[in-house]
Amino acid sequence: MLNIKRLAAAAAVALGCAGLFSAQAVAQGSGPIRIGGTLALTGPLSATALVHKLTGEIYIEDLNSRGGLLGRKVEWIVKDDQSKPEVARTLYEQLVTSDKVDLLMGPYATGAILSSIGVAQRYNKMIISHTMGIPALAKYDMHFPGWSVGPKPEDTVPVTVFEGLAQLPKPPKTIAIVTSKFPSVHFLSVGAREVAKKRGLQEVLFLEWEFGNRDFGPIAARVKDAKPDLVWVGDIGLEGNMLLEAMKKIDYVPPLNIHLYPAPGPMANSPESQGAMALTIFEEHKPFTDNPVAAKFVKTFNERAKAAGLPYTAVETQAAASFSAWQILEAAVRATNSLDDRKMADWLKANQVDTIQGKLRFDRGNNYGDDLMRVKQVQDKNWVTVWPKEWAAPGATIKTR
Amino acid sequence: MTLPSLNLLAQSILSGIFLGGMYGLIGLGLGLSWGLLRQINLAHFGYVFLSGYLCYQMTQYWGMDPLLALLILPPIFFGIGVVQQWALARFRITPFNSLLVTFGLTVMIESLIQWIWTADFRKMQTHYNELKFSVGGIFVPIPELFTLLLAVGLAFAIWAAMRFTDLGKAMRAMAEDAPIAAAFGINERGLSLLLSGLCVALAAVAGICFAVIFTLTPTQIFSWVGVVFAAVMLGGLGSALGPLVAGIIIGVSEAIAMVLFAPSWAPIVSFSLLIMMLLFRPGRA
Repeated sequence: MLNIKRLAAAAAVALGCAGLFSAQAVAQGSGPIRIGGTLALTGPLSATALVHKLTGEIYIEDLNSRGGLLGRKVEWIVKDDQSKPEVARTLYEQLVTSDKVDLLMGPYATGAILSSIGVAQRYNKMIISHTMGIPALAKYDMHFPGWSVGPKPEDTVPVTVFEGLAQLPKPPKTIAIVTSKFPSVHFLSVGAREVAKKRGLQEVLFLEWEFGNRDFGPIAARVKDAKPDLVWVGDIGLEGNMLLEAMKKIDYVPPLNIHLYPAPGPMANSPESQGAMALTIFEEHKPFTDNPVAAKFVKTFNERAKAAGLPYTAVETQAAASFSAWQILEAAVRATNSLDDRKMADWLKANQVDTIQGKLRFDRGNNYGDDLMRVKQVQDKNWVTVWPKEWAAPGATIKTR
Repeated sequence: MTLPSLNLLAQSILSGIFLGGMYGLIGLGLGLSWGLLRQINLAHFGYVFLSGYLCYQMTQYWGMDPLLALLILPPIFFGIGVVQQWALARFRITPFNSLLVTFGLTVMIESLIQWIWTADFRKMQTHYNELKFSVGGIFVPIPELFTLLLAVGLAFAIWAAMRFTDLGKAMRAMAEDAPIAAAFGINERGLSLLLSGLCVALAAVAGICFAVIFTLTPTQIFSWVGVVFAAVMLGGLGSALGPLVAGIIIGVSEAIAMVLFAPSWAPIVSFSLLIMMLLFRPGRA
């Protein structure tokens, strides 16, 4: 009887110890590291969000195949914010308070990103965003952008564009600036007006339209009438295509035209868009693909995107910004050997991170670093980087009509 | 304000007329349903886009000519309209509730489109996109011209049918006072089914033209609601010619605002016209 009692007591002690060790293990984090975030998996932004989802899945898979982080597997909990910033805010609250994720990954699109930043700030969590288009609005000191546009892209992006065009044998002397009032493109177009003026480009037309405009015929006719050497189109999504189609219908082809954020697939494939230029941080050609990480990602992404039925399977700005965001997070965890948000944020502010779009730093306004925006052009139904020279596809230069 | 050249003004007005034709074509079925059936069929916009996507599928994947879609899709959509009207009548949906029910239906159609064709942009590339001719320096795109002529033709045909045929007169009588019309032997139920089928078939026609001219995305469904509603209300509920005329007035006004002032002023135009109409002719809509 005594033996049975002793045995029971020993078992109870053993169980208690096991429980204690188990609790300690949880506290130290022996399970997977859980990274929480949202994406616009449904709603108007879902087409682009799918690119980010695919990129995240590829990254996490690769990361786990390399042993994960801090010796633990990594799990990505991605929720659908339905393309609505208010839903994104609720879901980030859930991720922090209910799901108790270890780390946060930001969503796609400026509205949802701003919502997620607000939640991250409330809980002192570090957050890394994919494509935060308006740096001036990202004031939280533990927010880090995966899209390197510099702290004042409204000043620096037009300079990059105009410097590229200044290299042409016949540089443009007159410019028409036509722009959507969509916030993340409008401020860049307004900036372009100022930069153009400073560089001596004569503005022959400035027009704005409301986002969702249906009729581009009168805008096309006014551009044709103004006869500019260069058309700066502050467009997003399909607006640029609609404008070029409207121009074609009145038998007008602009000599040079640069678009801010066109939908890459439709613009590359459309016959009237040949020669159109746009901004980019990454295209899948050399020298970008000289980076073996980038080359591997491009190959995997192409295959997965094709299998997922994406209409445009190439890696460009969206996928590259998304991949860079994951690279930033991984670099911060590895360098600090911790999941402490403050430690990681401090490290990022003081160091540079190697990404597939180039070296990123976060030591300037609102944690933005260099403006790495480049100029690409549709040539033979493909996007190729044409400026600056060091990032141009082999042999590629800006082509004029 | 600098005055635009005559060529620029003419080209822009033409663009406005074509866009107005599209407003009118979409508004035709919506206005008839609203005025004669007392159903505010928001799903009309969903049907327009569903038809556009089906036309896209037929041309881009099955190699068919979009004109052939004009023969295939409207009869199918006629059937959908009949079923919808039967369901609304079966459950005795009131005019106000029809707004809510058909809004729900529109959301379902949008989700269906997104599920099948994804939220990505879909542009129908056909040889029709290239067709245009020039008159005195003014370029006239054939698909837009075709859409306008189709809208005019359909509007006049329906106007004539309503005015000169027994069926049309019966429909108008039904809309005026259904119980009295029934006392004179008019089959309200049958006519309602027929009219609903016709309205949804007209949505299918508009959708095909839409797909030829514009790029498709599911979320665009709602961006056309406001301006087409304005055209229908300006043109008069139940009128066949009204929405087309009002659509063209709105389209041209928007185009002139874009040329004389700024493109960002265009959306103000349609609603300013609507508010003015409601203020000065309150019995019109």
